[in-house]
Amino acid sequence: MQFMLLFSRQGKLRLQKWYVPLSDKEKKKITRELVQTVLARKPKMCSFLEWRDLKIVYKRYASLYFCCAIEDQDNELITLEIIHRYVELLDKYFGSVCELDIIFNFEKAYFILDEFLLGGEAQETSKKNVLKAIEQADLLQENIDFQMRLFAGNFGGKPNNPCCSIRSVALDVNSPPQGQQKQHPSNINTDFEVTGLLFSLISQPSCLK
Amino acid sequence: LVPPPRLRELIRTIRTARTQAEEREMIQKECAAIRSSFREEDNTYRCRNVAKLLYMHMLGYPAHFGQLECLKLIASQKFTDKRIGYLGAMLLLDERQDVHLLMTNCIKNDLNHSTQYVQGLALCTLGCMGSSEMCRDLAGEVEKLLKTSNSYLRKKAALCAVHVIRKVPELMEMFLPATKNLLSEKNHGVLHTSVVLLTEMCERSPDMLSHFRKLVPQLVRILKNLIMSGYSPEHDVSGISDPFLQVRILRLLRILGRSDDDSSEAMNDILAQVATNTETSKNVGNAILYETVLTIMDIKSESGLRVLAINILGRFLLNNDKNIRYVALTSLLKTVQTDHNAVQRHRSTIVDCLKDLDVSIKRRAMELSFALVNGNNIRGMMKELLYFLDSCDPEFKADCASGVFLAAEKYAPSKRWHIDTIMRVLTTAGSYVRDDSVPNLIQLITNSVEMHAYTVQRLYKALLDDISQQPLVQVSSWCIGEYGDLLVSGQCEEEEPIQVTEDEVLDVLEGLLVSNLSTPVTRGYALTAIMKLSTRFSSVNRIKKVVSIYGSSIDVELQQRAVEYNALFKKYDHMRPALLERMPIMEKTATNGPTEIVQTNGETEPSVLDTKHPPPVTQPANQVRGVIISKYAGLHLCNLYIGIPPMTAYNKNGLKIEFTFERANPNPNIAVITIHASNSTEADMTDFVFQAAVPKTFQLQLLSPSSNVVPALNQGTVTQVIRVLNPQKQQLRMRIKLTYTHKGSPVQDLAEVNNFPPQSWQ
Repeated sequence: MQFMLLFSRQGKLRLQKWYVPLSDKEKKKITRELVQTVLARKPKMCSFLEWRDLKIVYKRYASLYFCCAIEDQDNELITLEIIHRYVELLDKYFGSVCELDIIFNFEKAYFILDEFLLGGEAQETSKKNVLKAIEQADLLQENIDFQMRLFAGNFGGKPNNPCCSIRSVALDVNSPPQGQQKQHPSNINTDFEVTGLLFSLISQPSCLK
Repeated sequence: LVPPPRLRELIRTIRTARTQAEEREMIQKECAAIRSSFREEDNTYRCRNVAKLLYMHMLGYPAHFGQLECLKLIASQKFTDKRIGYLGAMLLLDERQDVHLLMTNCIKNDLNHSTQYVQGLALCTLGCMGSSEMCRDLAGEVEKLLKTSNSYLRKKAALCAVHVIRKVPELMEMFLPATKNLLSEKNHGVLHTSVVLLTEMCERSPDMLSHFRKLVPQLVRILKNLIMSGYSPEHDVSGISDPFLQVRILRLLRILGRSDDDSSEAMNDILAQVATNTETSKNVGNAILYETVLTIMDIKSESGLRVLAINILGRFLLNNDKNIRYVALTSLLKTVQTDHNAVQRHRSTIVDCLKDLDVSIKRRAMELSFALVNGNNIRGMMKELLYFLDSCDPEFKADCASGVFLAAEKYAPSKRWHIDTIMRVLTTAGSYVRDDSVPNLIQLITNSVEMHAYTVQRLYKALLDDISQQPLVQVSSWCIGEYGDLLVSGQCEEEEPIQVTEDEVLDVLEGLLVSNLSTPVTRGYALTAIMKLSTRFSSVNRIKKVVSIYGSSIDVELQQRAVEYNALFKKYDHMRPALLERMPIMEKTATNGPTEIVQTNGETEPSVLDTKHPPPVTQPANQVRGVIISKYAGLHLCNLYIGIPPMTAYNKNGLKIEFTFERANPNPNIAVITIHASNSTEADMTDFVFQAAVPKTFQLQLLSPSSNVVPALNQGTVTQVIRVLNPQKQQLRMRIKLTYTHKGSPVQDLAEVNNFPPQSWQ
């Protein structure tokens, strides 16, 4: 896979993952052209098109287009499954994911993608394992934050202090802890309220294959 | 001091902007705040600020000032910082920035971090965008991690290794030892990435390929287990166990089995098994079948398996899912040459796909249909394809028309059918046919002597209906000019002859001249056609009148022709019949330059640019009548420079070189000179080479000579075309060099040519 783009029906970019080295200018140009091309497609058309010397595989889930550029020897049909798997991961993580989730938590969308694909290829084919890894990483992040907040008051200074060493004691992260209480993904840093929930990306039966 | 806004706060704020300008203002304000925060080296909020910057970057705003900050985040000890730092690096940095290299040390440290999630971040970043230098520096670390027992890291290291190999292929060898027991892993993630790594290595190196062939039995076993094993909730997708892994294994098998009989045989059974047992109700099963078919077709499989594969594709064509139909057509297109008969069996399904709603499917179906046309099915297929041509989108018409012409040329069951087919294309898609179709069709029509009356009649009728499609109009004009006499005499045998008078015909042609729909090229055709009719019709006066009117046309091309035709009437009337005679059969040849069909008169061998025996120069009419049909410019009677007499450029030792002149259309600055070399001595001049040089303000182009033997005793000439570009209209001068072998000895001579007539360069 050379790159993956997520964009809305108005052509707004929600995520861009590039697996080939290109300048910012080139990326912008490609994005603009491709978004235009895909948005011009009618619903009855198939999910594949030829563009420059690449094959483009795209699929719309609710208000978001997922668009991948693959090479000649890659399998288009399995790429559709890759896209679907990514959507399932997002859905499981956010709980009935919608476009707003991805807008407001774009960095999480990237983290999830980076646990699923690496260098354009799938690194993990088990849904469970990808989600577990994300959970653990989130926990790692939160525990530090939590510890930070806990001790910030006492030390009264910058959080760049010995509380970091507490982290490694509190959590042995090399073997994923069993039976650890599953925390809903970092709402600690989320301070907005969801207004106007769009359709969930997966709730429509036609998406389920 | 107020802490900077959180990421999600900022996102919410920016989304309240009602105009682009408002958004830009907010962003600029925030960027300014972030910039000063960076300047103050604020560690606390660096992570938050970079995250906000990444959001703004996604909206399209510049974020380069955050690049160094990403590096600082990566170097931090906090996991949150590293996570955002690496993300920022992947989004904002690329190979071209020098800053990129500063990451190397951080990544190296993180690859050895005590926390696997940190190691994972480093591997991911390196595997996604590491430059060649970075890969060189860190390959050792990656190789180490490839051997770890931690499957979380091992799978990432494998894909990271793939990236390293892509960037620095010479490093491939160092990963070889670590691949030793990759396939004995139980962990699917490691298996999948290992197969990807092995695939990459085998594709890049024939040595690796031979080395890894021994893995075929193991791969077959793994695949078999995936198919035969029961339900595995962790890897199940719609009843299929780990389709991603299955597809990658099939692809690796393809590479290993290609051009190797033993490997191909070893995988025969499993391929048949996958092909017959895979559930096809959902996309995922079809994805596996698709990969299986690709593998079967690429390795040395036995014919039964190949037929099985093609039948799978045939079934795909009937699938409701258009994506499946699409891949089927793509694959069939690839195999139609090698397994032609098997694909032929699915011809009717393929032809049905011409009616599909999807543009890509239609295009593929069209290409495949043309590939399947043969002498047996030409009539039926052509019916479908012409129907398709009628109703398809404009983007297809040009290719379809060309395809029809080619197929018709190859397999036409009769001349009449051929001409009818061409007519159909011209009338339904006439504006879309390619430029070179016009001369090709003219040649075809000329050579179908017995159909002339029928053809001109049909074309005439078509003109009465519609004069907007230029290629149709051009071909029709030409035919009427040539065969107008057959038209008015009502000689058609194939169908009911129409009744038409000379005046009616001339009305139509004159109508073309005045119509706004006609392009200048078309007008040229029309005028020439009218002129030709002067020797076929009796209404010569009317024609003379038309020709003289256009002598003052604004269109320079028309004017020039009209003036020359006028001259033909006035001064060279005795030559007119010979000049405007019926065209003889043409022979098409390909030369290095644009295809030129050189016209000769009568029964002699057609003169083409590289035959060995150029025809004897007979009547003066021949020399003057240089009709050259350029492949791209359509048919013109080249401007007969009757006004410029030929000149003798060189005459020594029995070798005489004459120059004749034409002007190349449409560029009036190019003079086209044809040299005619003749030899009056008793011995042939062999290895004859003519070279020319011109002063600096000119440009010269020498085309291929007709031959390099100038036969003795004036039995023939060598001709060669020189094109001289003279934009400054300066006096033409030339220096020529002649080399040849005569009676065994080499001869060389230099000469200056200064006696060019003024009309040739003014």
